[in-house]
Amino acid sequence: MQRFLLRRLVSLALSLLAASLAIFLVIEVVPGDPASYMLGLNASPETVAALRDQLGLNAAPPARYLAWLGGMIRGDFGISYTYKVPVADLVLQRLQVSLPLALYALALTAMLAFPAGLVAAARRGRAADAAVMGATQLGIALPNFWFAMLLVLVFSLHWQVFPAGGFPGWDSGLGAGIAALTLPAVALALPQAAILARVLRSALIETEGQDYIRTARAKGLTRGQTMLRHALRNAMIPVMTILGMQFSFLLAGAIIIENVFYLPGLGRLIFQAITQRDLIVVESVVMILVFAVILVTFLVDLAYAAIDPRLRRRA
Amino acid sequence: MKASLYLGLALALAALLAAAASLIWTPHDVTALSIADKLKPPSAGHWLGTDHFGRDIASMLMAGARTSIAVALVAVGIGMGFGVPLGLLAAARHGSIVDEAVMRGNDLIFAFPSLVIAILITAVFGPSAVNAILAIGIFNIPVFARVARGGALSLWTLDFIRAAEVAGKGPARISAEHILPNIASLLIVQGTIQFSLGILAEAGLSYVGLGAQPPTPSWGRMLAEAQTMVTLAPHVAIFPGLAIVLTVFGLNLLGDGLRDRLDPRLRART
Repeated sequence: MQRFLLRRLVSLALSLLAASLAIFLVIEVVPGDPASYMLGLNASPETVAALRDQLGLNAAPPARYLAWLGGMIRGDFGISYTYKVPVADLVLQRLQVSLPLALYALALTAMLAFPAGLVAAARRGRAADAAVMGATQLGIALPNFWFAMLLVLVFSLHWQVFPAGGFPGWDSGLGAGIAALTLPAVALALPQAAILARVLRSALIETEGQDYIRTARAKGLTRGQTMLRHALRNAMIPVMTILGMQFSFLLAGAIIIENVFYLPGLGRLIFQAITQRDLIVVESVVMILVFAVILVTFLVDLAYAAIDPRLRRRA
Repeated sequence: MKASLYLGLALALAALLAAAASLIWTPHDVTALSIADKLKPPSAGHWLGTDHFGRDIASMLMAGARTSIAVALVAVGIGMGFGVPLGLLAAARHGSIVDEAVMRGNDLIFAFPSLVIAILITAVFGPSAVNAILAIGIFNIPVFARVARGGALSLWTLDFIRAAEVAGKGPARISAEHILPNIASLLIVQGTIQFSLGILAEAGLSYVGLGAQPPTPSWGRMLAEAQTMVTLAPHVAIFPGLAIVLTVFGLNLLGDGLRDRLDPRLRART
């Protein structure tokens, strides 16, 4: 297990290094000079030179890359050009919206997907299965931002049960915060739940021919009992892979949904930073999101090994 | 199962026909503004009503189908054009450093939240349909590389490939002449899926203003413009969304149906 952990840690570090280099290079190929890109067309040469100096752009690219990398390891992501505050503070503040939203959406995804997947697998080939498969096929095709607009139309404007947008902050109470995140979370969760339900269904069906399932049935368990006690645990490997990917997607992919609901989260931060050409915020937020994705993948890998000892040797 | 294949085919063809027809004919001129007719509900003159500039929504949807399909199709082309050769190469040199490099490169692209990078690319190089294509296409490359490699690896162990090797054919020729035709069905199925994902991605990018720019009609941008008017005239938001859902739904059904058709082993499972 220790060897396995070590190998996974090394590969984690290498992935992060490669990702940071890729991000640095993309920012590096910004047409023209980053300082004049950030300042726009009408900037005077003196302002551009001052910003170049402030950003350390006069150093050679390798030195700049190392400085950026070293700063991030110390938790220093630079100072935002437009907000004039440390990027780390901005990110921490925005995470207070994005992280609860992602977790809320993930919980809803699982709550919708597990019953649907289990029912479809247990009633395979019957009406309930066909209904779940049809509904999930539609769910996958649903653009979440359009679904969000429909939700606002019905639940905010017609019935007025949830706010149509904005975020009051956690200071104004847990209830108000959760209410503000409910429609965005539902909009994010439904298409993801459709994907997860299908994965769960096929993973459960996959176990059907296995010997241990036959043994469980032979000792007198019903189909439902076998599914809950034996098949479900074995179907968890693909399900967890997808859940891990979905968490990353929910964290990073909320950009559009945060814009629909005017939520002050990470997605809105990066989108605003892009329109304001604040490259320091852009590169750091992208790096943090990639870090989150790689970390979640790493944790999912460890969880596999915890669930299924056979995988420790293979990796 | 067969019925869903035909439904999918019908929906996909409908979108394709609407796009093709819009090249020569739309019910109304998509660029004709008529403020007097703005936000009209569906009627005989305007089947799906008009938007906030009085433009005919049905005509804009037809022209928008063109943008969606063109972007998604070229993005799939980029993914296949680069991904398939890479995957074939990795399989032919299985276990070598080339294989390792291709697979790690794939993992790296997968690690990036695709939407964030698409937004980054379009932001750095400017929003346009071409950059949207590039952003979506790049993420198709590892998908096709993986599918091609997986399919090719299982073929390389088979006797007819051995026979070709004995006959003196090199890895490149074997990949092109024997492996590729045998993984074509896998690639077609994956292509359909990526095509539908591409349509969703294009709609998302256009919705946040990073895809096709005015006056190019686009489903995503129609939704963005509709957002502020959704209370006054819900039809402005409902029809473009339905167009996206039906097209993507159709393509997904088509992909599933084709997979069952082309690979009978999977039929039992799904």
